[in-house]
Amino acid sequence: MLAYIARRILASVPVLVVVALFVFLLLRLTPGDPAAIIAGDMATPEQLDRIRTSLGLNEPLVTQFVTWSGQLLSGDFGRSLISRTPVLTLIGQRLEPTLSLALMTMLFTLVLSIPMGVIAAWRHGSLTDNAVMAISVLGFSIPVFVTGYILIQLFAIDLRLFPVQGFRSIGDGLGPFLARIVLPALTLATIYIALIARMTRAAMLNVLDEDYIRTARAKGLSERIVLFRHALRNAAVPILTVIGTGFALMISGVVVTESVFNIPGLGRLTVDAILARDYPVIQALILLTSGIYVVINLLIDISYAFMDPRIRY
Amino acid sequence: MAATRNASPAAAEVDEAAAEPVIRRGFLPRIAIGDLKLAPTIAAVCLLVIVVAALLAPLIAPYDPIAMNPMERLAPSSATHLFGTDAYGRDVFSRTLYGAQVSLIVGLGAAFVAVLVGLPLGLFAGFFRWLDAILMRIMDGLMAIPAVLLAIAIVSLAGSSLWTVLIAITIPEIPRVVRLVRSVVLSAREEPYVEAAIAVGSSLPKIMWRHLMPNTFAPLIVQGTYVCASAILTEAILSFLGAGIGTETPSWGNIMSEGRLYFQIKPGLIFWPGLFLSLCILSINILGDTARDVMDPRLGKKREA
Repeated sequence: MLAYIARRILASVPVLVVVALFVFLLLRLTPGDPAAIIAGDMATPEQLDRIRTSLGLNEPLVTQFVTWSGQLLSGDFGRSLISRTPVLTLIGQRLEPTLSLALMTMLFTLVLSIPMGVIAAWRHGSLTDNAVMAISVLGFSIPVFVTGYILIQLFAIDLRLFPVQGFRSIGDGLGPFLARIVLPALTLATIYIALIARMTRAAMLNVLDEDYIRTARAKGLSERIVLFRHALRNAAVPILTVIGTGFALMISGVVVTESVFNIPGLGRLTVDAILARDYPVIQALILLTSGIYVVINLLIDISYAFMDPRIRY
Repeated sequence: MAATRNASPAAAEVDEAAAEPVIRRGFLPRIAIGDLKLAPTIAAVCLLVIVVAALLAPLIAPYDPIAMNPMERLAPSSATHLFGTDAYGRDVFSRTLYGAQVSLIVGLGAAFVAVLVGLPLGLFAGFFRWLDAILMRIMDGLMAIPAVLLAIAIVSLAGSSLWTVLIAITIPEIPRVVRLVRSVVLSAREEPYVEAAIAVGSSLPKIMWRHLMPNTFAPLIVQGTYVCASAILTEAILSFLGAGIGTETPSWGNIMSEGRLYFQIKPGLIFWPGLFLSLCILSINILGDTARDVMDPRLGKKREA
């Protein structure tokens, strides 16, 4: 077991190196002077020089990469070009809204999508099954921001059930927090629900044909126990995989959802950075989210070994 | 010879599917809600309408999509302005028609380039073990970067022309194509006909070109539709966030992006282009699912499981 975990951890190191290398080369290989790209059109020659020195652009590429990744490892992600604040501080300030949104989204997704998938597979070919598949295709096709505005129009403007936009910290009380987080979380959850419901259905369909399901039914277990304890547990691996790979999708969704609902989180930080062409911030956000993606998928890989004792590679 | 043998079952299924609507025509009154054949037909019609709208936009658009008219700001839908006007008095219907051009160019372009780059990479990765290890690590790294963020970074560095946006959107799509082609090659190279080709001394390019590549066509067509849908979505997201094609070009994302401020006054600025965007992506996804089921039923199971 320990050897397996160690191997998985080692295997994710090259992925992180590739991500870092890619982000590093992106700036250096873009046609034009990276300093000029970063500084924008209004930069003075002195500003350009300062940026060149701070990025070490006069050094050879390899030296640059080594210094740069050394800085990353010591937690130095650079400073925002606009506010001159360390990027990590900026990210820290915006973490809470995004984390709240992501966790609520996860909660909605798991509570809704897995039962949807299980029931669709259980009643394979029925109207319910078709409805779940239709919802899944729809959820996957309607862009997050369109879903967001539809929900705002319906529940906030027409029915006046929720505030239109904004965010309140959970520290300000559970009521105001929930009122503002429900719509964005539902919005963001739609793609995820579509993805996971579909995968749960497919994985369950594969498992429900197995002999041990017939045995479980034959010995008189209730359908609920057969479905959730015998079938779902054996279908868990592909479902978990998709929860992990779907994380990248959620990050993209977070950026959009936050700008639709005016939530001051990492997504808004991204959008502000785009508008101000604040490349160090964008770069740090990419490194951070990719890092989280790798770690989440690593944890899921490791959890396979606990979920399914047959897995040892 | 070997390749044709392998391709024929798929071809037979395509024929079968093509023949089916003719047989079914007699049953048309019986349209069940879950009828799967109905959905692809509607999807094809929707997509056709959007393609025609894009191609004929200069002819059928009632107004110049970038002509401003300060007298008619934020006009409601009417006979003169079907979808109303935006904050600059521009006709939203005309802009939506032109917006289809950007979406379709980006969608088709991304699918084409992703296959063009991904196919050879996948073929080589599937055939050479040493290359496979390196290439797959690179692809794993690329897949770890959220597509929208990667595209944002590229656009913010290289500017917001149509070409930059196209490249920015295509790069995150390439790993999936490479992985798909690689997996097809890995299983095909174990087939007796490939072993036979190696045994009789066929040259390497010939083996790849004649024996391995044809296996990838059916899955690539399916994957291509998904890349197309995903690229259209990413382009709209980029424009919506202000990181897409310059705002002077009418694209669905740009119209919505400019409509955000006026959403409570005139939701149509979001909902009209949003409707077209959703229909477009939905249609492509449905056609992709249909193509997958028709071309290779086994592939469908593999993709979902």
